[in-house]
Amino acid sequence: MNCFDIMGPVMVGPSSSHTAGAVRIGRVARALAGQQPVRAVIRLHGSFAKTYRGHGTDRAILAGLLGFNPDDERIRISPRLCREAGLDYTLQQVALPGAHPNTAIIELECSDGRQTIVQGASTGGGRILIESINGLNVSFRGEYHTLVISHRDAPGVISRVTRQLAERHINIATMKVFRSFRGGTAVMIIETDEQIDPAVCDNIKHLTGVSQAIWIEPVMF
Amino acid sequence: MLSYQSIQELIEAAVEQDQCISDVVLADQAAALEQDPENLIQTMLQRLEVMRQAVEKGLADAGPSPSGLSGGAASSLRQALDKQQSVLDPVLVQVMAKALAVAEVNAKMGRIVAAPTAGSCGIIPGIVLTVGELQSISDRQIALSLFTASGFGLVIANRASLSGAEGGCQAECGSAAGMAAAAAVELMGGTPEQSAHACAIALKNCLGLVCDPVAGLVEVPCIKRNAGQAASALAAAEMALAGITSAIPVDEVIEAMKDVGNQMSVTLKETAAGGLAMTPTGQAVDARLTEDAASHLD
Repeated sequence: MNCFDIMGPVMVGPSSSHTAGAVRIGRVARALAGQQPVRAVIRLHGSFAKTYRGHGTDRAILAGLLGFNPDDERIRISPRLCREAGLDYTLQQVALPGAHPNTAIIELECSDGRQTIVQGASTGGGRILIESINGLNVSFRGEYHTLVISHRDAPGVISRVTRQLAERHINIATMKVFRSFRGGTAVMIIETDEQIDPAVCDNIKHLTGVSQAIWIEPVMF
Repeated sequence: MLSYQSIQELIEAAVEQDQCISDVVLADQAAALEQDPENLIQTMLQRLEVMRQAVEKGLADAGPSPSGLSGGAASSLRQALDKQQSVLDPVLVQVMAKALAVAEVNAKMGRIVAAPTAGSCGIIPGIVLTVGELQSISDRQIALSLFTASGFGLVIANRASLSGAEGGCQAECGSAAGMAAAAAVELMGGTPEQSAHACAIALKNCLGLVCDPVAGLVEVPCIKRNAGQAASALAAAEMALAGITSAIPVDEVIEAMKDVGNQMSVTLKETAAGGLAMTPTGQAVDARLTEDAASHLD
């Protein structure tokens, strides 16, 4: 923690958890979709569902889907900007037993028909936790440069990926692997200290056993 | 490197080097962040500018918040000041009007500096901008005083909490008041020890303050608590500058604040399950807004 964590961040109000954190969940969802979505279904749980109007949680998530930062004053008018950008959205309530009270599930569809479903929680002070991607449980906070790699659960895939990073002197801060079942689909979440060149991401995407690789910029700053 | 585990550490470093607390914190943070001190000052000046814009916007905009629960308080206070209808000294009214203005901008989804949180964002701008204007202090000096406030805030964060969910409103608006009082003393030319006493006095005057937001929104009572705690911060600074000391040292007051926060019921820590949130009026507002939220969902 430093002086600018105390005297900051600069953000659009009213709530670090219900507004700033919600923007960040939206931003990560957009990044995972890989492009500007054309359709979004936003499901709000718990306190998010109850207080979203007063906290602007809906507008905050939409602003994140447009790629805005938590200090962008256009958050307030994001519903209109979404319509102008051709992003059609619906807002629903969902009950998720046991989930964090500030949880949202965001279903996105891009113009190529590809779907992305992200569940994230705003855990306080603007910090977030991404909990699932396309039904697979994951766990990351968007504090680092993050690589989200979908792959097959098979020997050697992890070493092929990490070799790509090692060769470019990219230091791995944390790494977690999640799988559906042995030999099934899996997701690698790699957090790095250095920025990841899109070319590196592209190389990883073409490795044997890898189906998708997405680089997400840090959303906490 | 400073540990930010006690205010005493900041005071000793400042006295030893014959510097202000802001100089000590700035030098330390520049080293910690591996940046030129000037870069840090520029960043702080940008934050000061965000604070100033929020004050101007909040004083000019009397409209309601999205929930309809708040709005127009800063504008009302400013009008009273213009008409010279104040019972208080105009300086104190200005402090309160600015604090209300920033807190209202926050409620209306405007841009603010969380100082240290969004819910308590009006207190520090209200104090430093008013004292700065009163004494014709340069923006650079005001920005420096924000390093003092940050240093105090870091210690409170490390030793107690800055979060309403953990420590109640005393941890948010109370901490902001303590930080603002310390900064005000420095802006007025007081000593590092006087900043520590000012912080201690401000914190002592709000120990036990609960976080009980109506319908869970950062509006009632948060906005007016910004004005109240800003006034309390200025009162604490005034006392410290007059040589009044806190019988309990500031580091012990911070420990007491943590203890009080731990003993506080969870219903009084940002859960909207106690205090003002549970009054008949608070409950009626909650029911109205819950219905309104549900009616706007597909």
